[in-house]
Amino acid sequence: MSHAENTQGTRRDFIYYATAGAGAVVTGAAVWPLVNQMNPSADVLALASIRVDVADVEPGTQITVLWQGKPVFIRRRNPEEIAEARAVDLGALPDANADNANLAADADASDENRALDENGEWLVMMGVCTHLGCVPLGDGAGEFNGWFCPCHGSHYDTAGRIRKGPAPRNLPVPTASFVDETTIQLG
Amino acid sequence: MSGIPHDHYEPKSDGQKWLHKRLPVVGLLYDTLMLPTPKNLNWMWIWGIVLTFTLALQIITGIVLVMHYVPHVDMAFASVEHIMRDVNGGHMIRYFHMNGASLFFVAVYAHIFRGLYYGSYKAPREVTWIIGMLIYLLMMGTAFMGYVLPWGQMSFHGTAVITGLFGAIPFVGESIQTWLLGASAVGQPALNRFFSLHYLMPFIIAGLVIVHIWAFHTTGNNNPTGVEVRRTSKEEAERDTLPFWPYFVIKDLFALAIVLVVFMAVVGFMPNYLGHPDNYIEANALVTPAHIVPEWYFLPFYAILRAFTAEVWVVQLADFVTFGIVDAKFFGVLAMFGAIAVMALAPWLDTSSVRSGRYRPMFKWWFGLLVVDFFVLMWVGARPAEFPYDVISLIASTYWFAYFLVILPLLGIIEKPMTPPTTIEDDFNAHYGKKDGTADAVATPAE
Repeated sequence: MSHAENTQGTRRDFIYYATAGAGAVVTGAAVWPLVNQMNPSADVLALASIRVDVADVEPGTQITVLWQGKPVFIRRRNPEEIAEARAVDLGALPDANADNANLAADADASDENRALDENGEWLVMMGVCTHLGCVPLGDGAGEFNGWFCPCHGSHYDTAGRIRKGPAPRNLPVPTASFVDETTIQLG
Repeated sequence: MSGIPHDHYEPKSDGQKWLHKRLPVVGLLYDTLMLPTPKNLNWMWIWGIVLTFTLALQIITGIVLVMHYVPHVDMAFASVEHIMRDVNGGHMIRYFHMNGASLFFVAVYAHIFRGLYYGSYKAPREVTWIIGMLIYLLMMGTAFMGYVLPWGQMSFHGTAVITGLFGAIPFVGESIQTWLLGASAVGQPALNRFFSLHYLMPFIIAGLVIVHIWAFHTTGNNNPTGVEVRRTSKEEAERDTLPFWPYFVIKDLFALAIVLVVFMAVVGFMPNYLGHPDNYIEANALVTPAHIVPEWYFLPFYAILRAFTAEVWVVQLADFVTFGIVDAKFFGVLAMFGAIAVMALAPWLDTSSVRSGRYRPMFKWWFGLLVVDFFVLMWVGARPAEFPYDVISLIASTYWFAYFLVILPLLGIIEKPMTPPTTIEDDFNAHYGKKDGTADAVATPAE
């Protein structure tokens, strides 16, 4: 093979790779917007926080509110529920993490880390089963007197922690705080 | 295009010759319709026509339903009720479409199990089989998205559960789920895009059906003996086959008529029998129906999804060796998709040299058990996830995998198959010929 032919080959190769490379980049640039358009749009992402009036919630009852398209459970627990939740041995929990957006990521799943207030009266958490997203039934449902997901049989205790069934994690506690005595802000 | 020797289209008139030189479309249709077809096909070979008919039925009824349906969270449920009450004949068109989905799956399961029994998946028909499996997957996707559109309670919470399956994928699952839904929860973006895709996918299925037919027209049909049509000469091929038109077309249309009698009875007298009353309650994000169940055709795989809970040792082992990446939730999802994947791999898992189950004495029993297993899974998938159903679903799921991954490979080695007939003609004469076994009684083409 002569030197001249070799050079020609190299230049052809270069053009070939440059064309293929440019083609790949252009294809990617054309496809990406088509993929990305399926991600949440600006109005969906503009997630306003909401304020919930909880003045009428009696101990031992709960309300469910819709926030960002998902249900949020707000339960005012009675003393028995709090006592039951606090008596649990943390070693027996499938998920030992608090899953509380208001705390550090490695906080443990003690009842104090789950409840919103010091006394543990208020429990605020997403009403979405961590298995496949059904809405669990509340008001003492399930074997642990907390919540029970009817879809695939996950049992949560009175602090919303997973105890039995296919769900892998505790019901997550969203970013929430008391803005005054009777109003909870979500987000 | 077919490998079986047969007569091809010859343009006769000047007009035919003119067109044939420019576009041989008549020749293509002629060769497709006149395909030499093994003359011993039994009644299990009618489901292809039923499936083709149902695809057309679904596309046509679907197109007219779209003329009245509104894909908006506030109006979808009301627009379906508008179709049911106000649109002229709308209730009937919707009931056809709704039950058409069930007919589609009845036919596809019969078609798939036919293929599994007679070894239709084996060489040289692996490509036909794989394309069929792709069609089946697309059918499931289409059916699922269609079920979302009426925006009832089952639509809504079913969507949450099914998209939750993708959320189970480690690391990227949540992003994928958000991407699929277009939001962090099921809502308007999901409804809108599912509507778009539900309209698109049947046309992709139609395209794949053409490729499916092209593939088995190249290899020739399988048949109950699993013996190949002789291709050495046209005369020999003709002794094994009859042209598709008119012999099999008429037979298939007769079978279709019978199937449609049952279908019409369901549509006319019990149109909601296979549905769930909960889907006539408008979607409500705050309340999940007490007992959430997918449509019947998803139940076997749904049962497999639920069977593998954290208490099962295989799941615990998988969790341990992957350092928790494969947890119980992800394992269930893998098992569900794996159940279809092992079926798609059947051509390479079956080691037997004999194609048809008719000549495999041990295989027959295991196959029969697989059919029973399928119905057990379907039954248990509709039951609540508690004892004894959890144990039953675990045993049934295990058998499903064992059949494909252990029994099919082993049977080819340990089983002593019977000898199939040498030719299709021999088999045909044995079944339908004169008592002395001569070929005269063969249905000679009535020309």
